[in-house]
This record gives sequence, C-alpha cells and structure tokens, in this order.
Amino acid sequence: MTAGQIAIKALVLGFIISLVIITGFAYTTLLERKVLARLQHRVGPNRVGYIPIPKRGGGERKLLGGFLQPAADAVKLFLKEDPTPAKVDRPVYNLAPMLAVIPAILILAIIPWAPAMTIFGIEFEPYFAIAPGVDVGVLFFLAVTSIGVYGIVLAGWASNSKYAVLGGIRASAQMISYELALGLSLITPVMLAYSMDLGIITQSQRGGWYVFLQPLAAIVFCIAAMAELQRHPFDLLEAEQELSAGFNVEYAGMRFGMFFMAEYMKMIILSAFAAVFFFGGFLGPFVYDFPALGFVYMFIKIVAFLVLMIWVRASWPRFRYDQLMGFGWKVLLPIAVLNFIITGVFIVLYEEGYFQSVLSIFTG
Amino acid sequence: MIGELLRGMATTAKFFFKPPVTIQYPEVKRPVRERFKGRHELKRYDNGLEKCIGCALCAAACPADAIFVEASENNDDERYSPGERYASTYEINMMRCIFCGFCEDACPTEAIVLEHNYELSFYNRAGAIYTKEMLLVDLAASMEPTPQVVEPGSFDRSIPDMENPK
Repeated sequence: MTAGQIAIKALVLGFIISLVIITGFAYTTLLERKVLARLQHRVGPNRVGYIPIPKRGGGERKLLGGFLQPAADAVKLFLKEDPTPAKVDRPVYNLAPMLAVIPAILILAIIPWAPAMTIFGIEFEPYFAIAPGVDVGVLFFLAVTSIGVYGIVLAGWASNSKYAVLGGIRASAQMISYELALGLSLITPVMLAYSMDLGIITQSQRGGWYVFLQPLAAIVFCIAAMAELQRHPFDLLEAEQELSAGFNVEYAGMRFGMFFMAEYMKMIILSAFAAVFFFGGFLGPFVYDFPALGFVYMFIKIVAFLVLMIWVRASWPRFRYDQLMGFGWKVLLPIAVLNFIITGVFIVLYEEGYFQSVLSIFTG
Repeated sequence: MIGELLRGMATTAKFFFKPPVTIQYPEVKRPVRERFKGRHELKRYDNGLEKCIGCALCAAACPADAIFVEASENNDDERYSPGERYASTYEINMMRCIFCGFCEDACPTEAIVLEHNYELSFYNRAGAIYTKEMLLVDLAASMEPTPQVVEPGSFDRSIPDMENPK
C-alpha cells in the first residue's frame, strides 16, 4: 500500500471511530447516571425518551427509559449562555478545553479493536486499529496523556480566579503523581510481551491474561487510572459538594461540556487500556474465526470496567487531598516499582533456565 | 481494610438488585395524611347553603394577612347562607398563605377547611389570588345551588348546633 492509501485509510477510520466513541461518551454519561441510581436504590433519568408499553392493571411501563437524555444534555449545553469573564487571558481561555479534549481523542489511534480482518476487500493488518503497527504504543499513550494535564492547568490559570488557579495546580499535581504509578505498572506487560505495540501485547495474552500473571500491576493500574481521571474516590478537585467545580468554575455551556467530554472519553479509553493490557483486549472464544467478535469482546470489557468505576463511585468515601498525594507517592509508587523489579528478576531467571532446572528436580 | 472496601461494594451491589423506591410522580401520587394542610375549601351544608357567614374571623386570625372578606346581607329571596350575612367577596392570596390552619381553627361554622390538594402553581401574580368561586366546594347530588329562594323565617340561626371538635 502506498503512503497515500495508508493515510486515507487512517483518516477515514479515525473519523468513524471517533464519532462512535463520542456517541459512546454520551451514553456513558447515561450509563453512569442510571447505574449510580440503581446502586442508590432509585431510578435514574427515565423521562426523556422511552418506549411506552402498556402494563396490565393500568399504568405503563417505560422501556429504555431516558435514552434521549444525553441528547437533551447536549442541547442544553449548546444553548446555555457562554459568558467569558473579564480580564481572562483570552487565547489561553479558549485553548484550554481543546487541550483537554484533543489528547483524549488522539489516544484512540492506537487501541486495537479486533484482530486482522478484511472488510469489503479492505485489509486491516496486523490488527484493526486506526494506526496499527505503532512500535511505541505504550510510550505514545503515556506522552499524550501527559498533554492532558496542560489543559487543566491552563484552564485554572486562564480563569483569572484564585480558586480556579488553586484547583488547577492541585489537579495537575495529582495527575502527574499518579501518571508515574500508571507508567510503572505498564512496564510489566511490556516486559512480558517483549514489545510496546499494543496489538502484540494483546495477542501475546493468548496463553493467559496478564491479570493472572501480574495481579499487582493490574490493581495498581486500575487505581492509578481512576486517580488520573480524577474519578471517585480521587475526585476531590471536581466534586460537587466540595468546591464549585474547581478549575473549571469559570467555564459554562459547551466549554464546560468539553471538559466533561474529555473526562468521560478518558474514562472509556483508560478502560479500553485496562482491557488491552491486562484482560486480553479483543481476545475471547472464536475471535480468530470471526474477527468481528473482537469488537464485541472489547465492548463487553470496556463496559465492565465502566460499571466497576461507577460501582466504586457509589460505594466509597472520598480521599482528602493530602491522603491522596500520600497514597500515590508512598504506597502506589513503591508497590509498582517492587512489582516490576521482582518481575524483571523472575523473567531473567526464567530465561536463564533456572526454573526449568528447579522444576526438573520435581518432575525428575 | 480491603475487606471493608469490598463490604462497602457488596452493600451497594445489594441495592442494585432491589426494586427502586422511586415514585413515578405525576402518574403515581403518594396519598397524604388525613389532617394534611393543603388548599382551602369553603364547605356547604347538605341542603346547598354555604356554611360561610362572612364573619371574617378567619381574616382576623390569619397570621400572614392572606384572607380578604367582604360580607353582605342575606334576604330570603336570595339566600346564600343560614344567618344574617354571607361572604360576598372571599379571596385568599396564596402567595401569603403559610398553610398554618389558624383560619380553620377560628371559623365558627367549620366553613373554611384545609383539604389535601398541594398542586398549586400559577403563571402570574394575579393567578395567586384564589377567589370564592375557586374555593367553594362543588355541589353534591343533594344540594341546590345558591342563591336559593327559601320560606321566610326558616333559617334564623347562623351557627348550627355542632359537636365539640374531637
């Protein structure tokens, strides 16, 4: 394939998948509200968009209650008044939401959704992704996630408000501390797969998912991902009860919608990453016979992680900021470092044949 | 500590499988208690005459000054209530009413009673003034509408023989 063909394929695929994920983000907000409501013994939004089914004994049952709620929210955000406070740094004020959203969409490029397949004569080798074959996938992910921190800091700074600046600085401190633990916990799947390419990491889990080989790294990744997303229980800086929304207090309407979108899209994407690194990605029964099943398995795993995050949000109290930073530096980072040191030692010993010789003593 | 965290998650998961307690208002409304103080109603007797005699004790008792009463003379050709007077103008300003029930306690004929209706919204301030027509209770089957034409001298006692309140 010529370079032009590759570029066009990547562009079109990227466009389609980002639209799919943006719709997915909208329904993630609905999923969150309904699952959170059910966990709190109530019903979520069920009035905006439902299919009325008459029930015996009068009344009607609302099927799929609330499936148009995300559309209603989007319309509300677009039609809201969009005030710009006086004396803000205008270019930065306008740029900050974009800096928050764009990295979230960029990371979509390397996620593998399905194994190699051919649709309508178009080949997707070696696996189905917008940009397959990126040799430094893990590094790309970590680098682009770090740009997301800029969006938050600049949002806080440009708002020309004390509380926004403080919120922005604290948010950035939280994010960079947990990015370290995130990166260190990702080293072990890379070591086990001998490659940073996400498709190869997924496919080398055919022998067994990495969550069973590296449970500690999986737990550290999940916790660090929740902290990176500023998701409960690490959401002190955007909690509704604590501050009037911290660093994005001066944003309203669609600009706020963009921060919101960035957070939920990163939620989906980090769930996809957790699935790819530790839970086998698109692997599952019969996935090489019917490659389209890869999408289904990824979808199931992403939804499972989202439900886990929402479940955690419904159940646990929030960290205080000093407890949060202490936890990140004093607990999570040492565990991640110890994990990869021990894994490294075991890998070298395995390579050297130490275990084979030990096992041969038992098996004779 | 991990055990505590997992127990917390198990607690919320338990509620996931229970049917939710949400009441789908306005299709389903929760019934109110018997002595719930909602919107006022001016009651009638069984023969159709209004109980309100226009004494304005309710207006005097109201702590928020929400009731406005103007009384007029009854005569036998045009009788609204048993007794000398009736309330020709009776208005309650719902924006001032605090639903305390003092008017109900002060009324000598048990004419004004706070009933169970709580859905009282209006679109402008003029719509908040509830007039006598809005407050008067509907005619039941045995009642004749007021004003009634009666035999002279049949109704001369304004406050009927009533039981003591329970």
